[in-house]
Amino acid sequence: MSGTATDEYSAHQHDVDEALLAEQGMEGRPYELRASTTGLFSELRADKAGLLSAVFLFIVVFAAFAAPLLAPYGPVEGNPSTSSIPPIWADGSWDHVLGTDTQGYDVLSRLMYGARTTLLIGLAVVAIAGLFGVVLGLIAGYRGGRTDRWLMRWVDVQVAFPGLLIALIMIAVLGPSMTSVIFVLSFNGWMVYARMTRGVVLAAKERPYVEAAEMVGCRPRRVMFVHILPNLTSSLVTLAVLEFARIILAEATLSFLGLGLQFPEVSLGVMANGGRDAFFSLPRLAIIPGVVITLIVLAVNFLASWLRVVFDPQEREKRFAAGATTAATTVEGVM
Amino acid sequence: MGRYLSQRLVQGLVVILGVTTLVFVVTRMIGDPVNFILPLSASEEQRAALRADLGFDRSILSQFWSFLSDAVRLDFGESTYFRNEDALGIVRRFLPKTLQLVVAGMIVAFVLSVPLGAIAALRPGKLLDKFLVTLSLIGLATPQFFLGQVILLFTSVKFNLVQFGDGPWTHLIFPALTLALPAIGRLTMVVRSAMIDELNSQYVKAARAKGVSRRRIVGVHALRNAAIPFVTLFGWEVIRALAGYTLVVEAVFDWPGLGDLAILSIRERDFFLIQTIVFVVAVMVVLVNIVIDIAYKIIDPRVKIA
Amino acid sequence: MIDPTPVLEVEHLQIDFLTRRGTVHAVRDVSFTIGRGETLGLVGESGSGKSVTAQALLGMIELPGRIVGGDVRWKGESLVRGPHVRRTIERVRGQEIAMVFQDPMTSLDPVFTVGSQVVEVLRRHRRLSRKAAKARAVELLDIVGIANPTERISQYPFEMSGGMRQRVLIAMALACEPELLVADEPTTALDVTIQAQILELVAELQQELRLAVLLITHDLGVVAGVCDRVAVMYAGKIVEDAPAADLYATPAHPYSAALLRSTPRLDIVLDRLVAIEGAPPDLRRPPAGCAFATRCPFAIDHCREEQPRLEVFEPVPNAVGAGDAETLEELEQPARTERTVACFRAAEVREEVLS
Repeated sequence: MSGTATDEYSAHQHDVDEALLAEQGMEGRPYELRASTTGLFSELRADKAGLLSAVFLFIVVFAAFAAPLLAPYGPVEGNPSTSSIPPIWADGSWDHVLGTDTQGYDVLSRLMYGARTTLLIGLAVVAIAGLFGVVLGLIAGYRGGRTDRWLMRWVDVQVAFPGLLIALIMIAVLGPSMTSVIFVLSFNGWMVYARMTRGVVLAAKERPYVEAAEMVGCRPRRVMFVHILPNLTSSLVTLAVLEFARIILAEATLSFLGLGLQFPEVSLGVMANGGRDAFFSLPRLAIIPGVVITLIVLAVNFLASWLRVVFDPQEREKRFAAGATTAATTVEGVM
Repeated sequence: MGRYLSQRLVQGLVVILGVTTLVFVVTRMIGDPVNFILPLSASEEQRAALRADLGFDRSILSQFWSFLSDAVRLDFGESTYFRNEDALGIVRRFLPKTLQLVVAGMIVAFVLSVPLGAIAALRPGKLLDKFLVTLSLIGLATPQFFLGQVILLFTSVKFNLVQFGDGPWTHLIFPALTLALPAIGRLTMVVRSAMIDELNSQYVKAARAKGVSRRRIVGVHALRNAAIPFVTLFGWEVIRALAGYTLVVEAVFDWPGLGDLAILSIRERDFFLIQTIVFVVAVMVVLVNIVIDIAYKIIDPRVKIA
Repeated sequence: MIDPTPVLEVEHLQIDFLTRRGTVHAVRDVSFTIGRGETLGLVGESGSGKSVTAQALLGMIELPGRIVGGDVRWKGESLVRGPHVRRTIERVRGQEIAMVFQDPMTSLDPVFTVGSQVVEVLRRHRRLSRKAAKARAVELLDIVGIANPTERISQYPFEMSGGMRQRVLIAMALACEPELLVADEPTTALDVTIQAQILELVAELQQELRLAVLLITHDLGVVAGVCDRVAVMYAGKIVEDAPAADLYATPAHPYSAALLRSTPRLDIVLDRLVAIEGAPPDLRRPPAGCAFATRCPFAIDHCREEQPRLEVFEPVPNAVGAGDAETLEELEQPARTERTVACFRAAEVREEVLS
């Protein structure tokens, strides 16, 4: 999904060589699987896009959450006398690196504060929707029967009607604010978690070790949390990461339509919306937040694909094989 | 098939009922709509008269009941913003524009994502695959409104293209492309991974062993099997576009469709209009779902009907 | 019956797999031949390289696997290298050499009827009309013992049982009257009664069609009734290649002997089944000496230092004990009687077995 195949291959080859060095003198010993302790990071190192994304996201998160300390100005600090100052690459000054908007606010500072709000909304929604969805999915999957049928029918109804229109109406009712954005996006986003959790639970319930645990008399709750939940972690983490990206886009969309956060609050979506007014005269005011949103979402997606690989040994093998395809010259069959 | 369809239809009715109920309840929480309709200078008598006229003085339950019984007769009342105009008539006026956009966008999404995903899957890990995957990820990561804005900027300002609203390009193709792009990204990824799975499956191996040509394995066996997950997700994309993302595209391109109307009616607290829009969209969503189910059944013989 | 000129020759075949943790030498210098109409059993535990070897016969080794040495020749033509490999493989696959896989549940395309999948082969290789192909498909299903073939033909794989699907797959393999049938664990995924039926079917068809068969299995019991010869594989090498009767009576390689002791048999009452201690070696770093040495009770230092070669093993006259005569009667006398073993201690092993 990333990097170049040859680089990936050589990185793995390096690992392999190291492993071979470490195990010299073991010839003919019985085959044993070596636990991969350095798996996570060697995998990230091999995945250029994943590494780049991780670094980028780290910077964004740091800049966002340290905004009150790092930002040169406040999010609504300025006045008409400082309005529309061009950015540094268009004869601006270092006082306002990314220039100022039509209100005279510093774009870089607003970007940092805006990212902070957007990331917070993303985290909150993932936490709330995730928790709600997982709990309902666990209940539905584990209890089965009528509970399952009703819960899943509820999910079906909500899923059958994806939320933007409903979200807009609800926000109009609740009044546009951060809380209502979080509430509405959570309301629209919990179903995926419920469905996935239920699926994993149903699959796990059939496994011999869960049946065994039930047979030796483990209480249902214990079975659920000790034996079933661990199966969920890898897919849940990947899903949560992807949902996080989706929420960021959703927040931006709501705010862009003027039905998300409202001035003087600032989020990336609010900035994009603000950029609409002077779009043809000062397009950078729309482009800068747009690019930042795109990059964050893209980075999160790359990170998710890296996570998937890390969690799935089969996927890792496939990746390696894909890398090897370019490295090895060989007779290819008819296929 | 008949029983299956009627079952689906009942499920669809449940969805429509659920959604309209939700919207009804939610809109009644907004507060007194009369305040939005009448000017501030209106007297209390005038307000009371309008309230009685629109039925807002009755209890919520009785309002809901009359709403439902009217809805069954496809009577959704009159818009309060477009004074005295039949709400369904207004929706009908705006609907074709939206359908045009959604259909065009989804055709673009289908036509691009299937071959791109399949090509990427032929040689996973190779340069072309990585390029297409990266492109897909960028596509699904770009906010639609931003993409629309960039297209607007480049066409109308930088290159001094025709004034907006003229010609087929500006008229339909750019909005449709904007609507389709995230879907293209997601669907390409879906086609790709489904094709990779199918091409690695045991039946493909067995087919190779019997000497079936590669073209036939990819084009007939793998593609037909990969169509199973694709159809579901494509249906999802149609619904997504229909029930949401056309809103954004219409807002960016000033496209006079249902989405534009929806935002207007929400801003103006036009209850009857909002309800009508939601109802119409819900019906379309249910219909799309049924079409998808039928397609699914045709492609996968294992799906049992009835 | 058996024509001794080989149709298939595998010579010094070497196949590697590239994995993240190193290159696995899955097949290490494997040679064998199959004569026209001969049935060869290729026996070994999972991971011994037998399935990979089978796939090489059809040019189906794909990355991460690759053939790094040796050759496979089908009636003199290479299936591994040379300017015409692609065309040869295209001609041979499904037509002259056919394959049946282990898992009938997943070897059929789920979204097409079984009939259309049989027809597909016929139309590909035989250029039959749609109608003629369909008629032939019905005939084939009948041959492999499927009742109501005219109705069955329009059913989907999911509507059939595992045994039935394996019959369909065999019908498909036989569609173009191949000269060699490669059956990769064809009965492993089936339950016991069905296993016997399928094996019987293969044996019958082999007789009728003068088909050469390569039967791959981990189960020596499966091989017993069907094969003329048996090649035992261990850790990517053939350790013993002998007429089935000889191998059963007097295994000469300690691994064959151990394998026999660990296989339940109805004809000989053993005190108990003996599991083989230890595990096979890691094929990323194959041992310098005999791969079985670490698990072998006969191993001496020499075994660990040098690779034993597959060499002709002279049977001692009258070596077959009187007690084995009964079982031997049932086994068909193979045309080729030579026997090769890769063990420095073969003589001692046989003595131990006989005592």
